[in-house]
Amino acid sequence: MKVRRWILFASILLSVLLPFLPLLLWSISERWFYPGLLPQSFGLRAWNYVFGTAGSQILTGLWASFSLALVTTIVSLILGIPAGRALGLYDFPGKKLVSLFLILPIIVPPLSVSMGLHFWFIQLRLAETFLGVVLIHLSFCLPYTIFVIRGVFTDYNPDFEQQARSLGASPVHIIMRVMLPMILPGITVAALFSFLLSWSQYLSTLIIGGGKMLTLPILLFSLMDSGDRPVAAAVSLVFILPAFIALLGSAHRLGRSGLQGVR
Amino acid sequence: MTRSPSHSTTKNGGTGRKASIGRLFSLVGPAFCTILVLFGGGLALGLLQALGYLPALGFSTIGLQHFAHVLQDPDFGKSLILTLYITITSTLTAAVVSVLLALSLLRWAADSRIIHFCLQIPLTVPHLVIAISMILLLAPAGMFSRLFSSLEIIKSPAGFPLLVNDNWGIGILAVYLWKEIPFITFMLLSVLKNMGAELLEVGATLNASRIQRFTHIILPVIAPSLGAACLIVFAFTFGAFEVPFLLGRTYPLTLPVWAYKNYSDIDLLARPEGIAIGLIIAAIVIIAIVLSQILLHFGRRRGLTI
Repeated sequence: MKVRRWILFASILLSVLLPFLPLLLWSISERWFYPGLLPQSFGLRAWNYVFGTAGSQILTGLWASFSLALVTTIVSLILGIPAGRALGLYDFPGKKLVSLFLILPIIVPPLSVSMGLHFWFIQLRLAETFLGVVLIHLSFCLPYTIFVIRGVFTDYNPDFEQQARSLGASPVHIIMRVMLPMILPGITVAALFSFLLSWSQYLSTLIIGGGKMLTLPILLFSLMDSGDRPVAAAVSLVFILPAFIALLGSAHRLGRSGLQGVR
Repeated sequence: MTRSPSHSTTKNGGTGRKASIGRLFSLVGPAFCTILVLFGGGLALGLLQALGYLPALGFSTIGLQHFAHVLQDPDFGKSLILTLYITITSTLTAAVVSVLLALSLLRWAADSRIIHFCLQIPLTVPHLVIAISMILLLAPAGMFSRLFSSLEIIKSPAGFPLLVNDNWGIGILAVYLWKEIPFITFMLLSVLKNMGAELLEVGATLNASRIQRFTHIILPVIAPSLGAACLIVFAFTFGAFEVPFLLGRTYPLTLPVWAYKNYSDIDLLARPEGIAIGLIIAAIVIIAIVLSQILLHFGRRRGLTI
Protein backbone atom coordinates (compact mmCIF):
# COMPACT_ATOMS: atom_id res chain seq x y z
CA MET A 1 0.00 0.00 0.00
CA LYS A 2 2.72 2.40 1.02
CA VAL A 3 4.74 1.61 -2.09
CA ARG A 4 1.81 2.22 -4.42
CA ARG A 5 1.10 5.49 -2.68
CA TRP A 6 4.66 6.62 -3.27
CA ILE A 7 4.61 5.51 -6.89
CA LEU A 8 1.44 7.55 -7.38
CA PHE A 9 2.98 10.59 -5.67
CA ALA A 10 6.22 10.36 -7.61
CA SER A 11 4.55 9.93 -11.00
CA ILE A 12 2.21 12.88 -10.41
CA LEU A 13 5.06 15.11 -9.25
CA LEU A 14 7.28 14.05 -12.13
CA SER A 15 4.70 14.52 -14.87
CA VAL A 16 3.50 17.87 -13.51
CA LEU A 17 6.96 19.32 -12.97
CA LEU A 18 8.84 17.84 -15.96
CA PRO A 19 7.73 20.48 -18.51
CA PHE A 20 9.21 23.23 -16.34
CA LEU A 21 12.68 21.68 -16.48
CA PRO A 22 13.51 22.57 -20.13
CA LEU A 23 12.13 26.09 -19.60
CA LEU A 24 14.36 26.65 -16.57
CA LEU A 25 17.44 25.10 -18.20
CA TRP A 26 17.04 26.93 -21.51
CA SER A 27 16.51 30.25 -19.74
CA ILE A 28 19.90 30.00 -18.01
CA SER A 29 21.83 28.37 -20.85
CA GLU A 30 24.51 30.19 -22.76
CA ARG A 31 25.59 27.37 -25.07
CA TRP A 32 23.65 24.13 -25.35
CA PHE A 33 24.64 21.98 -28.32
CA TYR A 34 23.32 18.55 -29.12
CA PRO A 35 23.75 15.98 -27.61
CA GLY A 36 24.58 17.63 -24.28
CA LEU A 37 21.97 16.65 -21.71
CA LEU A 38 22.80 19.84 -19.81
CA PRO A 39 23.92 23.19 -21.26
CA GLN A 40 27.66 23.39 -21.96
CA SER A 41 27.77 26.77 -20.28
CA PHE A 42 25.31 28.55 -18.06
CA GLY A 43 24.70 32.28 -17.99
CA LEU A 44 22.13 34.98 -17.54
CA ARG A 45 22.14 36.31 -21.12
CA ALA A 46 18.42 35.56 -21.62
CA TRP A 47 17.43 37.09 -18.30
CA ASN A 48 19.60 40.13 -18.96
CA TYR A 49 17.86 40.48 -22.29
CA VAL A 50 14.40 40.11 -20.74
CA PHE A 51 14.98 42.60 -17.95
CA GLY A 52 17.64 44.76 -19.63
CA THR A 53 17.80 45.11 -23.41
CA ALA A 54 14.16 44.25 -24.04
CA GLY A 55 13.10 45.24 -20.55
CA SER A 56 10.74 48.01 -21.60
CA GLN A 57 9.08 45.80 -24.23
CA ILE A 58 8.55 42.94 -21.79
CA LEU A 59 7.35 45.34 -19.14
CA THR A 60 4.90 46.87 -21.61
CA GLY A 61 3.70 43.37 -22.48
CA LEU A 62 3.31 42.46 -18.82
CA TRP A 63 1.37 45.64 -18.20
CA ALA A 64 -0.83 45.16 -21.30
CA SER A 65 -1.68 41.58 -20.26
CA PHE A 66 -2.19 42.51 -16.63
CA SER A 67 -4.36 45.57 -17.21
CA LEU A 68 -6.46 43.74 -19.82
CA ALA A 69 -7.03 40.80 -17.51
CA LEU A 70 -7.75 43.06 -14.54
CA VAL A 71 -10.28 45.28 -16.32
CA THR A 72 -11.96 42.25 -17.94
CA THR A 73 -12.21 40.54 -14.56
CA ILE A 74 -13.66 43.58 -12.80
CA VAL A 75 -16.29 44.18 -15.49
CA SER A 76 -17.09 40.44 -15.55
CA LEU A 77 -17.69 40.48 -11.80
CA ILE A 78 -19.80 43.64 -11.87
CA LEU A 79 -22.06 42.20 -14.57
CA GLY A 80 -21.75 38.55 -13.56
CA ILE A 81 -22.54 38.66 -9.84
CA PRO A 82 -26.11 40.01 -10.28
CA ALA A 83 -26.79 37.64 -13.20
CA GLY A 84 -25.35 34.69 -11.30
CA ARG A 85 -27.50 35.60 -8.32
CA ALA A 86 -30.67 35.69 -10.41
CA LEU A 87 -29.87 32.34 -12.06
CA GLY A 88 -28.79 30.64 -8.85
CA LEU A 89 -31.35 32.00 -6.45
CA TYR A 90 -34.65 32.55 -8.21
CA ASP A 91 -37.09 30.59 -10.32
CA PHE A 92 -38.53 32.29 -13.36
CA PRO A 93 -40.06 31.22 -16.67
CA GLY A 94 -37.46 30.77 -19.39
CA LYS A 95 -34.67 30.36 -16.86
CA LYS A 96 -33.22 27.31 -18.60
CA LEU A 97 -33.15 29.10 -21.93
CA VAL A 98 -31.51 32.20 -20.45
CA SER A 99 -28.92 30.05 -18.66
CA LEU A 100 -28.19 28.15 -21.84
CA PHE A 101 -27.70 31.34 -23.82
CA LEU A 102 -25.46 32.90 -21.17
CA ILE A 103 -23.32 29.76 -20.97
CA LEU A 104 -23.13 29.03 -24.70
CA PRO A 105 -20.06 31.29 -25.21
CA ILE A 106 -18.11 28.91 -22.94
CA ILE A 107 -18.67 26.18 -25.51
CA VAL A 108 -18.35 28.13 -28.76
CA PRO A 109 -14.67 28.91 -29.46
CA PRO A 110 -13.67 32.61 -29.24
CA LEU A 111 -12.13 32.27 -32.70
CA SER A 112 -15.56 32.18 -34.38
CA VAL A 113 -16.81 35.22 -32.46
CA SER A 114 -13.63 37.28 -32.88
CA MET A 115 -13.57 36.90 -36.65
CA GLY A 116 -17.20 37.97 -36.87
CA LEU A 117 -16.76 41.00 -34.61
CA HIS A 118 -13.51 42.23 -36.15
CA PHE A 119 -15.01 43.87 -39.22
CA TRP A 120 -17.67 45.59 -37.12
CA PHE A 121 -15.06 46.71 -34.55
CA ILE A 122 -12.99 48.29 -37.34
CA GLN A 123 -15.96 50.42 -38.33
CA LEU A 124 -16.67 51.39 -34.71
CA ARG A 125 -12.95 52.22 -34.32
CA LEU A 126 -12.73 49.61 -31.57
CA ALA A 127 -10.21 47.44 -33.41
CA GLU A 128 -6.62 47.81 -32.21
CA THR A 129 -7.80 49.51 -29.01
CA PHE A 130 -7.68 48.48 -25.37
CA LEU A 131 -11.45 48.71 -25.09
CA GLY A 132 -11.98 46.51 -28.14
CA VAL A 133 -9.79 43.75 -26.74
CA VAL A 134 -11.48 44.03 -23.32
CA LEU A 135 -14.84 43.56 -25.07
CA ILE A 136 -13.72 40.45 -26.94
CA HIS A 137 -12.25 38.96 -23.74
CA LEU A 138 -15.47 39.84 -21.97
CA SER A 139 -17.44 37.76 -24.48
CA PHE A 140 -16.08 34.56 -22.89
CA CYS A 141 -14.89 35.72 -19.43
CA LEU A 142 -18.34 37.00 -18.45
CA PRO A 143 -20.10 33.66 -19.19
CA TYR A 144 -17.49 31.80 -17.11
CA THR A 145 -17.99 34.25 -14.25
CA ILE A 146 -21.77 33.87 -14.39
CA PHE A 147 -21.35 30.08 -14.40
CA VAL A 148 -19.19 30.09 -11.25
CA ILE A 149 -21.29 32.68 -9.40
CA ARG A 150 -24.52 30.82 -10.24
CA GLY A 151 -23.06 27.76 -8.53
CA VAL A 152 -22.20 29.87 -5.49
CA PHE A 153 -25.72 31.23 -5.20
CA THR A 154 -27.41 27.82 -5.36
CA ASP A 155 -25.95 27.19 -1.89
CA TYR A 156 -26.65 30.70 -0.65
CA ASN A 157 -29.19 31.51 2.03
CA PRO A 158 -30.82 34.91 1.42
CA ASP A 159 -32.57 34.85 4.81
CA PHE A 160 -29.54 36.58 6.30
CA GLU A 161 -30.25 39.56 4.06
CA GLN A 162 -33.82 39.61 5.33
CA GLN A 163 -32.58 39.68 8.91
CA ALA A 164 -30.17 42.52 8.17
CA ARG A 165 -32.99 44.43 6.48
CA SER A 166 -35.29 43.98 9.47
CA LEU A 167 -32.46 45.34 11.62
CA GLY A 168 -32.45 48.48 9.48
CA ALA A 169 -29.54 47.88 7.09
CA SER A 170 -29.63 49.78 3.80
CA PRO A 171 -29.42 47.86 0.45
CA VAL A 172 -25.79 48.99 -0.02
CA HIS A 173 -25.02 47.87 3.51
CA ILE A 174 -26.60 44.49 2.87
CA ILE A 175 -24.53 43.96 -0.28
CA MET A 176 -21.27 45.09 1.31
CA ARG A 177 -21.62 43.57 4.76
CA VAL A 178 -23.79 40.49 4.19
CA MET A 179 -23.80 39.26 0.62
CA LEU A 180 -20.22 39.93 -0.51
CA PRO A 181 -18.54 38.47 2.59
CA MET A 182 -20.68 35.34 2.28
CA ILE A 183 -19.85 34.72 -1.36
CA LEU A 184 -16.24 35.89 -1.17
CA PRO A 185 -14.64 32.46 -1.80
CA GLY A 186 -16.81 32.06 -4.90
CA ILE A 187 -15.91 35.54 -6.08
CA THR A 188 -12.21 34.73 -5.65
CA VAL A 189 -12.55 31.61 -7.79
CA ALA A 190 -14.56 33.47 -10.44
CA ALA A 191 -12.03 36.31 -10.49
CA LEU A 192 -9.05 33.97 -10.83
CA PHE A 193 -10.88 32.11 -13.51
CA SER A 194 -11.63 35.15 -15.55
CA PHE A 195 -8.16 36.63 -15.00
CA LEU A 196 -6.37 33.48 -16.18
CA LEU A 197 -8.66 33.14 -19.18
CA SER A 198 -7.91 36.65 -20.33
CA TRP A 199 -4.23 36.38 -19.36
CA SER A 200 -3.59 33.33 -21.54
CA GLN A 201 -5.65 34.46 -24.52
CA TYR A 202 -3.76 34.64 -27.81
CA LEU A 203 -5.84 34.46 -30.97
CA SER A 204 -8.73 36.76 -30.07
CA THR A 205 -6.25 39.39 -28.84
CA LEU A 206 -4.35 39.07 -32.11
CA ILE A 207 -7.47 39.38 -34.29
CA ILE A 208 -9.04 42.33 -32.49
CA GLY A 209 -5.80 43.93 -31.22
CA GLY A 210 -4.27 43.61 -34.69
CA GLY A 211 -0.70 43.58 -33.38
CA LYS A 212 -1.18 46.87 -31.51
CA MET A 213 -1.95 45.23 -28.18
CA LEU A 214 1.38 43.51 -27.51
CA THR A 215 0.40 41.21 -24.68
CA LEU A 216 2.80 38.58 -23.36
CA PRO A 217 1.33 35.70 -25.41
CA ILE A 218 1.77 37.75 -28.58
CA LEU A 219 5.38 38.61 -27.68
CA LEU A 220 5.99 34.96 -26.87
CA PHE A 221 4.73 33.82 -30.27
CA SER A 222 7.02 36.22 -32.10
CA LEU A 223 9.95 35.09 -29.93
CA MET A 224 9.27 31.46 -30.85
CA ASP A 225 9.26 32.50 -34.50
CA SER A 226 12.60 34.26 -34.14
CA GLY A 227 14.02 31.03 -32.70
CA ASP A 228 15.75 32.53 -29.65
CA ARG A 229 15.01 29.62 -27.32
CA PRO A 230 16.68 30.94 -24.13
CA VAL A 231 14.71 34.20 -24.33
CA ALA A 232 11.46 32.42 -25.22
CA ALA A 233 11.99 30.12 -22.22
CA ALA A 234 12.66 33.07 -19.91
CA VAL A 235 9.55 34.94 -21.11
CA SER A 236 7.50 31.75 -20.69
CA LEU A 237 8.55 31.66 -17.05
CA VAL A 238 7.64 35.34 -16.62
CA PHE A 239 4.30 34.51 -18.24
CA ILE A 240 3.38 31.74 -15.78
CA LEU A 241 4.66 33.53 -12.68
CA PRO A 242 1.57 35.68 -11.85
CA ALA A 243 -0.77 32.71 -12.22
CA PHE A 244 1.50 30.69 -10.01
CA ILE A 245 1.49 33.41 -7.34
CA ALA A 246 -2.29 33.58 -7.57
CA LEU A 247 -2.41 29.81 -7.12
CA LEU A 248 -0.21 29.98 -4.02
CA GLY A 249 -2.44 32.71 -2.59
CA SER A 250 -5.64 30.88 -3.39
CA ALA A 251 -4.35 27.54 -2.12
CA HIS A 252 -3.79 29.23 1.20
CA ARG A 253 -7.13 31.00 1.09
CA LEU A 254 -9.49 28.50 -0.46
CA GLY A 255 -8.12 25.40 1.19
CA ARG A 256 -8.64 22.13 -0.56
CA SER A 257 -11.41 23.11 -2.92
CA GLY A 258 -8.77 25.25 -4.62
CA LEU A 259 -9.08 26.28 -8.20
CA GLN A 260 -11.29 23.44 -9.29
CA GLY A 261 -12.56 24.08 -12.73
CA VAL A 262 -10.06 26.69 -13.82
CA ARG A 263 -8.57 25.81 -17.18
CA MET B 1 -17.25 24.97 -13.23
CA THR B 2 -17.82 24.47 -9.56
CA ARG B 3 -20.35 21.73 -9.73
CA SER B 4 -21.59 20.29 -6.51
CA PRO B 5 -24.25 17.62 -6.17
CA SER B 6 -26.62 20.19 -4.70
CA HIS B 7 -26.50 21.71 -8.14
CA SER B 8 -28.24 18.90 -9.88
CA THR B 9 -30.92 18.66 -7.22
CA THR B 10 -31.73 22.36 -7.41
CA LYS B 11 -31.66 22.21 -11.18
CA ASN B 12 -34.42 19.61 -11.23
CA GLY B 13 -36.43 20.76 -8.26
CA GLY B 14 -36.08 24.53 -8.60
CA THR B 15 -35.19 26.83 -5.76
CA GLY B 16 -38.75 27.77 -4.94
CA ARG B 17 -37.82 31.45 -4.68
CA LYS B 18 -39.45 34.08 -6.81
CA ALA B 19 -38.47 37.60 -7.69
CA SER B 20 -40.36 40.36 -9.48
CA ILE B 21 -39.86 40.73 -13.24
CA GLY B 22 -38.32 44.17 -12.76
CA ARG B 23 -35.82 42.88 -10.25
CA LEU B 24 -34.88 39.92 -12.44
CA PHE B 25 -34.50 42.23 -15.38
CA SER B 26 -32.15 44.53 -13.52
CA LEU B 27 -30.09 41.56 -12.31
CA VAL B 28 -29.77 39.60 -15.55
CA GLY B 29 -30.36 42.38 -18.07
CA PRO B 30 -26.88 43.99 -18.20
CA ALA B 31 -25.05 40.67 -18.52
CA PHE B 32 -27.61 39.34 -20.99
CA CYS B 33 -27.35 42.40 -23.24
CA THR B 34 -23.53 42.34 -23.12
CA ILE B 35 -23.42 38.71 -24.19
CA LEU B 36 -26.20 39.23 -26.73
CA VAL B 37 -24.31 42.07 -28.42
CA LEU B 38 -20.79 40.61 -28.23
CA PHE B 39 -21.48 36.91 -28.71
CA GLY B 40 -24.76 36.91 -30.60
CA GLY B 41 -23.68 39.94 -32.60
CA GLY B 42 -20.30 38.38 -33.35
CA LEU B 43 -21.85 35.20 -34.71
CA ALA B 44 -24.58 37.05 -36.64
CA LEU B 45 -22.13 39.49 -38.23
CA GLY B 46 -19.79 36.61 -38.95
CA LEU B 47 -22.63 34.81 -40.71
CA LEU B 48 -23.42 37.89 -42.81
CA GLN B 49 -19.79 38.14 -43.89
CA ALA B 50 -19.54 34.41 -44.55
CA LEU B 51 -22.65 34.73 -46.76
CA GLY B 52 -20.73 37.28 -48.78
CA TYR B 53 -22.28 40.49 -47.49
CA LEU B 54 -19.36 42.93 -47.30
CA PRO B 55 -20.71 46.32 -48.42
CA ALA B 56 -17.43 48.07 -47.54
CA LEU B 57 -15.63 45.95 -50.13
CA GLY B 58 -18.40 46.28 -52.67
CA PHE B 59 -19.89 42.81 -52.21
CA SER B 60 -23.52 42.88 -51.29
CA THR B 61 -24.89 39.70 -52.80
CA ILE B 62 -25.84 37.07 -50.29
CA GLY B 63 -25.26 33.43 -51.03
CA LEU B 64 -23.82 30.19 -49.79
CA GLN B 65 -20.87 30.22 -52.20
CA HIS B 66 -18.23 30.59 -49.47
CA PHE B 67 -19.68 27.75 -47.41
CA ALA B 68 -19.98 25.64 -50.55
CA HIS B 69 -16.41 26.41 -51.51
CA VAL B 70 -15.13 25.40 -48.08
CA LEU B 71 -17.22 22.24 -47.87
CA GLN B 72 -16.23 21.13 -51.39
CA ASP B 73 -12.54 21.73 -50.75
CA PRO B 74 -10.83 18.30 -50.48
CA ASP B 75 -8.78 19.76 -47.60
CA PHE B 76 -11.92 20.23 -45.55
CA GLY B 77 -12.43 16.51 -45.02
CA LYS B 78 -8.79 16.01 -44.07
CA SER B 79 -8.89 18.97 -41.69
CA LEU B 80 -12.10 17.78 -40.08
CA ILE B 81 -10.76 14.25 -39.58
CA LEU B 82 -7.49 15.56 -38.10
CA THR B 83 -9.34 17.92 -35.75
CA LEU B 84 -11.77 15.21 -34.66
CA TYR B 85 -8.92 12.73 -34.21
CA ILE B 86 -6.99 15.10 -31.92
CA THR B 87 -10.09 16.18 -30.00
CA ILE B 88 -11.62 12.74 -29.46
CA THR B 89 -8.32 11.00 -28.67
CA SER B 90 -7.26 13.61 -26.13
CA THR B 91 -10.70 13.88 -24.51
CA LEU B 92 -11.25 10.12 -24.17
CA THR B 93 -7.71 9.40 -22.98
CA ALA B 94 -7.92 12.26 -20.47
CA ALA B 95 -11.30 10.96 -19.24
CA VAL B 96 -10.06 7.39 -18.67
CA VAL B 97 -6.82 8.48 -16.98
CA SER B 98 -8.70 11.02 -14.85
CA VAL B 99 -11.19 8.43 -13.56
CA LEU B 100 -8.34 6.08 -12.60
CA LEU B 101 -6.33 8.94 -11.11
CA ALA B 102 -9.25 10.33 -9.11
CA LEU B 103 -10.03 6.90 -7.69
CA SER B 104 -6.44 6.22 -6.69
CA LEU B 105 -6.10 9.68 -5.20
CA LEU B 106 -9.24 9.09 -3.20
CA ARG B 107 -7.78 5.86 -1.87
CA TRP B 108 -4.22 6.85 -1.19
CA ALA B 109 -3.94 10.58 -1.03
CA ALA B 110 -7.31 11.90 0.05
CA ASP B 111 -5.78 14.47 2.34
CA SER B 112 -2.44 15.26 0.76
CA ARG B 113 -2.20 19.00 0.29
CA ILE B 114 0.98 18.71 -1.76
CA ILE B 115 -0.64 16.49 -4.37
CA HIS B 116 -3.70 18.69 -4.55
CA PHE B 117 -1.52 21.74 -4.98
CA CYS B 118 0.54 20.00 -7.67
CA LEU B 119 -2.55 19.01 -9.61
CA GLN B 120 -3.63 22.63 -9.69
CA ILE B 121 -0.41 23.83 -11.31
CA PRO B 122 -1.39 22.69 -14.83
CA LEU B 123 -4.71 24.53 -14.49
CA THR B 124 -2.87 27.85 -14.27
CA VAL B 125 -0.29 27.31 -17.03
CA PRO B 126 -1.39 28.71 -20.41
CA HIS B 127 -1.53 26.24 -23.32
CA LEU B 128 1.01 28.37 -25.16
CA VAL B 129 3.69 27.93 -22.50
CA ILE B 130 3.21 24.20 -22.24
CA ALA B 131 3.30 23.93 -26.04
CA ILE B 132 6.70 25.67 -26.05
CA SER B 133 7.90 23.39 -23.28
CA MET B 134 6.78 20.30 -25.24
CA ILE B 135 8.76 21.50 -28.25
CA LEU B 136 11.85 21.80 -26.02
CA LEU B 137 11.18 18.31 -24.61
CA LEU B 138 10.04 16.29 -27.62
CA ALA B 139 11.63 17.90 -30.70
CA PRO B 140 14.27 15.88 -32.62
CA ALA B 141 16.96 17.81 -30.73
CA GLY B 142 14.88 18.16 -27.57
CA MET B 143 15.68 16.98 -24.07
CA PHE B 144 14.36 13.43 -24.50
CA SER B 145 16.41 13.01 -27.65
CA ARG B 146 19.48 14.30 -25.76
CA LEU B 147 18.78 11.88 -22.93
CA PHE B 148 18.56 8.88 -25.27
CA SER B 149 21.61 10.10 -27.10
CA SER B 150 23.71 10.37 -23.95
CA LEU B 151 22.52 6.88 -22.98
CA GLU B 152 23.74 5.89 -26.46
CA ILE B 153 20.38 4.46 -27.46
CA ILE B 154 20.30 6.73 -30.50
CA LYS B 155 23.26 8.17 -32.41
CA SER B 156 21.88 11.44 -33.79
CA PRO B 157 18.69 13.54 -33.67
CA ALA B 158 17.63 11.70 -36.83
CA GLY B 159 17.41 8.49 -34.80
CA PHE B 160 14.79 10.00 -32.50
CA PRO B 161 11.13 9.40 -33.47
CA LEU B 162 9.29 12.45 -34.76
CA LEU B 163 7.02 13.60 -31.92
CA VAL B 164 6.52 17.25 -32.89
CA ASN B 165 4.91 18.37 -36.16
CA ASP B 166 4.33 14.63 -36.70
CA ASN B 167 1.66 12.58 -38.44
CA TRP B 168 -0.05 11.47 -35.27
CA GLY B 169 -0.12 14.76 -33.41
CA ILE B 170 1.79 13.25 -30.47
CA GLY B 171 3.08 16.64 -29.30
CA ILE B 172 -0.39 18.18 -29.50
CA LEU B 173 -1.94 15.28 -27.58
CA ALA B 174 0.80 15.52 -24.92
CA VAL B 175 0.00 19.20 -24.30
CA TYR B 176 -3.73 18.59 -24.06
CA LEU B 177 -3.37 15.56 -21.78
CA TRP B 178 -1.06 17.49 -19.45
CA LYS B 179 -3.64 20.28 -19.26
CA GLU B 180 -6.91 18.32 -19.25
CA ILE B 181 -6.20 15.36 -16.96
CA PRO B 182 -5.80 17.56 -13.86
CA PHE B 183 -8.90 19.53 -14.88
CA ILE B 184 -11.16 16.47 -15.18
CA THR B 185 -9.58 14.82 -12.13
CA PHE B 186 -10.40 17.88 -10.06
CA MET B 187 -14.02 17.90 -11.11
CA LEU B 188 -14.31 14.18 -10.32
CA LEU B 189 -12.58 14.48 -6.95
CA SER B 190 -15.00 17.14 -5.72
CA VAL B 191 -17.95 14.86 -6.55
CA LEU B 192 -16.34 11.73 -5.14
CA LYS B 193 -15.52 13.47 -1.87
CA ASN B 194 -19.11 14.59 -1.44
CA MET B 195 -20.26 11.04 -2.09
CA GLY B 196 -18.53 9.80 1.04
CA ALA B 197 -17.48 6.24 1.78
CA GLU B 198 -20.88 5.00 2.98
CA LEU B 199 -22.23 3.96 -0.42
CA LEU B 200 -19.11 1.96 -1.17
CA GLU B 201 -19.24 0.34 2.26
CA VAL B 202 -22.84 -0.68 1.64
CA GLY B 203 -21.75 -2.09 -1.69
CA ALA B 204 -18.97 -4.02 -0.01
CA THR B 205 -21.26 -5.48 2.64
CA LEU B 206 -23.60 -6.61 -0.13
CA ASN B 207 -20.67 -8.52 -1.60
CA ALA B 208 -20.30 -6.36 -4.67
CA SER B 209 -17.05 -6.98 -6.50
CA ARG B 210 -14.70 -4.08 -7.20
CA ILE B 211 -15.91 -3.87 -10.77
CA GLN B 212 -19.56 -3.97 -9.66
CA ARG B 213 -18.92 -1.21 -7.13
CA PHE B 214 -17.33 0.82 -9.90
CA THR B 215 -20.07 0.35 -12.50
CA HIS B 216 -23.05 0.52 -10.13
CA ILE B 217 -21.96 3.05 -7.53
CA ILE B 218 -19.04 5.19 -8.62
CA LEU B 219 -19.84 5.59 -12.29
CA PRO B 220 -23.44 6.78 -11.82
CA VAL B 221 -22.25 9.28 -9.20
CA ILE B 222 -19.49 10.78 -11.32
CA ALA B 223 -21.24 10.48 -14.70
CA PRO B 224 -22.81 13.97 -14.80
CA SER B 225 -19.57 15.71 -13.82
CA LEU B 226 -17.47 13.50 -16.06
CA GLY B 227 -19.81 14.20 -18.96
CA ALA B 228 -19.77 17.95 -18.34
CA ALA B 229 -15.99 18.03 -18.03
CA CYS B 230 -15.55 16.00 -21.22
CA LEU B 231 -17.89 18.29 -23.12
CA ILE B 232 -15.97 21.37 -22.01
CA VAL B 233 -12.66 19.76 -22.92
CA PHE B 234 -14.04 18.58 -26.27
CA ALA B 235 -15.41 22.00 -27.17
CA PHE B 236 -12.23 23.78 -26.12
CA THR B 237 -9.88 21.43 -27.94
CA PHE B 238 -11.97 21.45 -31.10
CA GLY B 239 -11.74 25.23 -31.38
CA ALA B 240 -8.19 25.77 -30.08
CA PHE B 241 -5.56 27.43 -32.22
CA GLU B 242 -2.21 27.84 -30.45
CA VAL B 243 -1.26 24.22 -29.79
CA PRO B 244 -1.92 22.75 -33.28
CA PHE B 245 -0.39 25.88 -34.80
CA LEU B 246 2.90 25.39 -32.93
CA LEU B 247 3.05 21.60 -32.74
CA GLY B 248 1.07 20.50 -35.79
CA ARG B 249 2.14 19.78 -39.35
CA THR B 250 1.80 22.29 -42.16
CA TYR B 251 -0.56 19.93 -43.99
CA PRO B 252 -3.27 19.04 -43.23
CA LEU B 253 -4.13 21.84 -40.80
CA THR B 254 -6.68 21.58 -38.01
CA LEU B 255 -9.90 23.47 -38.68
CA PRO B 256 -9.12 26.47 -36.40
CA VAL B 257 -5.64 26.91 -37.88
CA TRP B 258 -7.06 26.62 -41.39
CA ALA B 259 -9.77 29.16 -40.52
CA TYR B 260 -7.24 31.69 -39.24
CA LYS B 261 -4.90 31.08 -42.19
CA ASN B 262 -7.72 31.99 -44.56
CA TYR B 263 -8.86 34.89 -42.41
CA SER B 264 -5.41 36.47 -42.27
CA ASP B 265 -4.70 35.86 -45.97
CA ILE B 266 -3.53 38.88 -47.97
CA ASP B 267 -6.29 38.02 -50.44
CA LEU B 268 -9.36 39.64 -48.92
CA LEU B 269 -11.55 37.18 -50.80
CA ALA B 270 -10.25 34.38 -48.58
CA ARG B 271 -11.53 36.20 -45.49
CA PRO B 272 -15.22 35.21 -45.77
CA GLU B 273 -14.07 31.62 -46.19
CA GLY B 274 -12.07 31.87 -42.97
CA ILE B 275 -15.17 33.15 -41.19
CA ALA B 276 -17.25 30.37 -42.78
CA ILE B 277 -14.83 27.78 -41.36
CA GLY B 278 -15.06 29.50 -37.96
CA LEU B 279 -18.84 29.21 -38.06
CA ILE B 280 -18.66 25.57 -39.16
CA ILE B 281 -16.44 24.92 -36.11
CA ALA B 282 -19.02 26.62 -33.89
CA ALA B 283 -21.84 24.62 -35.48
CA ILE B 284 -20.04 21.28 -35.06
CA VAL B 285 -19.33 22.03 -31.40
CA ILE B 286 -22.94 23.03 -30.72
CA ILE B 287 -24.32 19.99 -32.59
CA ALA B 288 -21.98 17.69 -30.64
CA ILE B 289 -23.18 19.15 -27.34
CA VAL B 290 -26.86 18.90 -28.28
CA LEU B 291 -26.46 15.31 -29.54
CA SER B 292 -24.70 14.25 -26.36
CA GLN B 293 -27.46 15.81 -24.26
CA ILE B 294 -30.12 13.97 -26.25
CA LEU B 295 -28.23 10.68 -25.94
CA LEU B 296 -27.86 11.22 -22.18
CA HIS B 297 -31.54 12.02 -21.89
CA PHE B 298 -32.64 8.88 -23.73
CA GLY B 299 -30.10 6.85 -21.82
CA ARG B 300 -31.61 7.98 -18.54
CA ARG B 301 -35.15 7.27 -19.68
CA ARG B 302 -34.16 3.76 -20.64
CA GLY B 303 -32.87 3.29 -17.14
CA LEU B 304 -29.22 3.20 -18.06
CA THR B 305 -27.10 4.31 -15.20
CA ILE B 306 -24.46 6.02 -17.27
